[in-house]
Amino acid sequence: MTYGPAPENASEAYKFLDKFEKKFPLFINGEWQKSDSEVFIKTFNPSDNSELAEISTGSPKDVDDAVKAAKNALKPWVALGGHGRAKYLYAIARQIQKHSRLFAILESLDNGKPVRETRDIDIPLVARHFYHHAGWASLMETELPDYQEVGVIGQIIPWNFPMLMLSWKIAPALAMGNTVVLKPAEFTSLTALLFADICKNVGLPNGVINIVTGDGKTGAEIVNHPGVDKIAFTGSTEVGKIIRKSIAGSGKKLSLELGGKSPFIVFEDADLDSVVEGIVDAIWFNQGQVCCAGSRLLVQESVAEKLYSKIKKRMEKLRMGNSLDKCIDIGAVVDQTQWNTIDGYVKKGIEEGNQIWQPTWECPKGGQFYPPTLFTDVPAASIIAQEEIFGPVLVAMTFRHHKEAVSLANNTRYGLAASIWTENINLALDIAPQIKAGTVWINSSNVFDAASGFGGYRESGFGREGGKEGLFEYVKPKVEKDFLENAPKVKISKTKTAFNPSGIDKTAKHYIGGKQVRPDSGYSINITSPWGDYIGEMPEGTRKDIRNAVEAAAGSTSWGSMTGHARAQVLYFIAENLSSRAKEFAEKIALMTGQTLNDAEKEVEVSIQRIFNYAAYADKYDGQVHSTTSKNVTLAMPEALGILGIVCPDENPLLGFISLLLPALAMGNNVVIVPSEKHPFSATDFYQILETSDVPAGAVNIITGRKEELASEMAKHFNIDGLWYFGSKEGSEKVEALATESMKRTWVNYGKHRNWLDSKHGFGEIFLRNATQIKNIWIPYGA
Amino acid sequence: MTVAKQAIETDHLNHGIPFDASVFENININKSAVERRAATLPARRTVKKNWQAAWLLKAVTCIDLTTLAGDDTKGNVTRLCAKAKNPIRKDILEALGMENSGITVGGVCVYHNLIPFAKEALQGSNLPIVAVSTGFPAGNNSFEDKISEIKHSVAAGAKEIDIVISRDLVLENRWEELYHEISEFKKACGDAHMKSILATGEIPTYTKVYKASMVAMMAGSDFIKTSTGKESVNATLAVSLVMCRAIRDYFEMTGTKVGFKPAGGIQKAKQATDWLILIKEELGDEWLNGNMFRIGASSLLGDIERQLEHHVTGAYSAGFRHPMQ
Repeated sequence: MTYGPAPENASEAYKFLDKFEKKFPLFINGEWQKSDSEVFIKTFNPSDNSELAEISTGSPKDVDDAVKAAKNALKPWVALGGHGRAKYLYAIARQIQKHSRLFAILESLDNGKPVRETRDIDIPLVARHFYHHAGWASLMETELPDYQEVGVIGQIIPWNFPMLMLSWKIAPALAMGNTVVLKPAEFTSLTALLFADICKNVGLPNGVINIVTGDGKTGAEIVNHPGVDKIAFTGSTEVGKIIRKSIAGSGKKLSLELGGKSPFIVFEDADLDSVVEGIVDAIWFNQGQVCCAGSRLLVQESVAEKLYSKIKKRMEKLRMGNSLDKCIDIGAVVDQTQWNTIDGYVKKGIEEGNQIWQPTWECPKGGQFYPPTLFTDVPAASIIAQEEIFGPVLVAMTFRHHKEAVSLANNTRYGLAASIWTENINLALDIAPQIKAGTVWINSSNVFDAASGFGGYRESGFGREGGKEGLFEYVKPKVEKDFLENAPKVKISKTKTAFNPSGIDKTAKHYIGGKQVRPDSGYSINITSPWGDYIGEMPEGTRKDIRNAVEAAAGSTSWGSMTGHARAQVLYFIAENLSSRAKEFAEKIALMTGQTLNDAEKEVEVSIQRIFNYAAYADKYDGQVHSTTSKNVTLAMPEALGILGIVCPDENPLLGFISLLLPALAMGNNVVIVPSEKHPFSATDFYQILETSDVPAGAVNIITGRKEELASEMAKHFNIDGLWYFGSKEGSEKVEALATESMKRTWVNYGKHRNWLDSKHGFGEIFLRNATQIKNIWIPYGA
Repeated sequence: MTVAKQAIETDHLNHGIPFDASVFENININKSAVERRAATLPARRTVKKNWQAAWLLKAVTCIDLTTLAGDDTKGNVTRLCAKAKNPIRKDILEALGMENSGITVGGVCVYHNLIPFAKEALQGSNLPIVAVSTGFPAGNNSFEDKISEIKHSVAAGAKEIDIVISRDLVLENRWEELYHEISEFKKACGDAHMKSILATGEIPTYTKVYKASMVAMMAGSDFIKTSTGKESVNATLAVSLVMCRAIRDYFEMTGTKVGFKPAGGIQKAKQATDWLILIKEELGDEWLNGNMFRIGASSLLGDIERQLEHHVTGAYSAGFRHPMQ
């Protein structure tokens, strides 16, 4: 009893290629346009290495044309309003459904993935994504009244899910009123071109979507084009870093969805037969060429041998073949280069002495087929346990108990996804929040839905795609246009504020791990008033002080593990204690800045109010339950970034400091904060308030000194998870560039100033959003 | 295209093993994951053209052609048996080159009092008579009655006995009592094969389905069977997946292969191939024959026959073109 061949008929897909004589132009401004480069890239069917068609290589001029078209289309597209845009998105969703088989077959031909996957998973999800975001277009004015479009979006997508990634990029961008220049991957551009064809069918206004095919150079042209307002990239961490560096300081918004080495954790009480199928879905879905593939199997020692044996038996039964065969599990990898990369890692894995296992059946000939591969008992130090292989290679290791499972799971630079298998919900929900990953699947794997945000922690990138959380990548606050080129002018008081009436010398220090400490350098910097009078010294912080502060923050877990309610109580207490010393703080502000006592008192008053407001938020910024697939609770939880570095603006020495510190604290971050360089003493006085307000040691660490130097140190530090910088334009650029290597989240002001006294500028949800990242936990249920 | 000629083997009876709760007490079945697997399995595998025809012929040989109605008489049972012996129209078999294959269904399944008529009608064939027993379908008569019902059916000529288990023992986790009950049934069966019907539509969780399957096999069931066909939910792919995994575990533990029989609600040729795919993928080719796999069905055969005619002629068939059962 054998299966026999069950091929899908691809004639309609070939007809589409023939319509363009197998030589595709670019889609710019609603028209098929010949590339001015005249350089074509051949695209192949990886199942049999046959040539499918040629695609154009977009030149700098092509990209410029596309960006201009997108720019021209922007205003009328925004002016259409939510409902007007929703109608187009709805029409696109319908078109995709009506031509679903054509999309599925063309995608399968071009990419090599089984047609079962494109037919049952990719294309239905694409339609779902456009439907869902047609809805968000309708609801934008209601749900995001304080936000507007970003502008022209440059989008660069990978070859592993060509259409799905296109929809993840285009649907939210269009819904929020942006226009798009998209570059598909050079191996797999055909479905994007088919998509362009249907955009013509629905009469989408010219220039709203532009598809420019090409290679990495074309991508770089889009990234660096000055007319582009945001880059959205999905692909390798290596390229993501190049992009981030090249646009640092440009003010372009950026979202990156990068690589992964996602753990697949199996506890001893799991349903092992179901685990095996979960593994098939995790690592043999799309030939393992999945950024969130569960490629690291962590299995509890007590069931490891049993599970390995079940996996091997299952691997024997996997069927591999031409992607259009409806009776296979695994198709071809996308290209010879990818095959070579995978094989290189497997050879390395063998050289390292790891146990390799592959099924006894032979791969088909004539295409890019790589056998499913299992390595067992791999040490964490092995290269194959650390690097993303992006192929059908599962790397297994064991753990003793749940604590070790968490440590091993988090022992990676990546943080895209994780899968946890146990029949104990108590255990599952204990482990899920401890895993550093943007998506956690309980007893499932590789489940996606448009209503749930997908994206990474750590070097897996930042930003979310899907759900409400994903929309924020494609909007900006309307208030941004009111930000100031220069700091608000301080009205200098006619009378000098008295300096140190007691006559006793006062020594400001750093505040690290709950202790006042002298600077490591042993140097201090003189601080003077606007009238030029000496008013004290601040410690000159150096990289070693930053190091010590980060160590203190990393070693302190109590603040982050407190409930929102408990944190709120501490924050209210801070306000109370500041209030009882309000006069003294106002006098210090007046002395440092030269403003009138009246204005300084106002700053203190607003500061106290702001503390109250963030105390209020501490237990109220609490996530969502997304409406995703049936019989599934999908929890979208905002989690603290971890260790957040903050560089304060020079102006408003107290209020600027409070407005940044408090939202970070309210969300449970441990903070390393550099106060105003010009006027540091509000912050150094503030640690006495912290000390009397039950703030746990290590939650707040204050380092004074030269802000640019300290900002650079923090940007480079690998153990700081996020960095907020409020300073110069140049400083912003430097922070973004230096943060690239660690992939920390940055939030900078590009030299623009806020009026901190104005709550529209200095307060709000956007501060909380930047202090957190969303983790989606999928919990299927069924008795 | 070949369909293995089948002869009823009598040497692969399951002799059971002593009761051991540790085999199943820590088992947990994850419903969502099982249902996901069951839902995607028919999408991962398919058979087309000649392969499809071969698989459908194989399915025919696995059918327990069934009538279990209050108004069964000698007349309709006799007709059913005639159909069981010649399940596919001769010209279709000729077109498939299978006219000499001797294809029959796997068995004929009736209530006890219809056994003599079936026996008469099946004379000259190897087709086993399957009798439902032990107070089918609810199983709520006395234990003694159940034992004597089995013995009477075997004496009347049934070669296979489909017993129903006491669902209350499953609901109340009285696994050892269940083991003893089934063991006694098995003794009463003697040389007849015993299929244990779990009535999974009345078992609330897959975990209990797994445990009941395991207890039934430990107690010597030669087959485990999903349903009587009388519960509101009958055979599903998901519950079959759970039972097949239990069969696999039992085989790995004891070396004994226990057969599987889904029953109830399997009416379409496509469903039959789905189940064959499930068996091939989860248990293996050794289970893909009428000795190890049966489908309890009454209307399935008609649909398979129509599909086979379509395969031969290229035109969709109609029910009236095929002899009634």
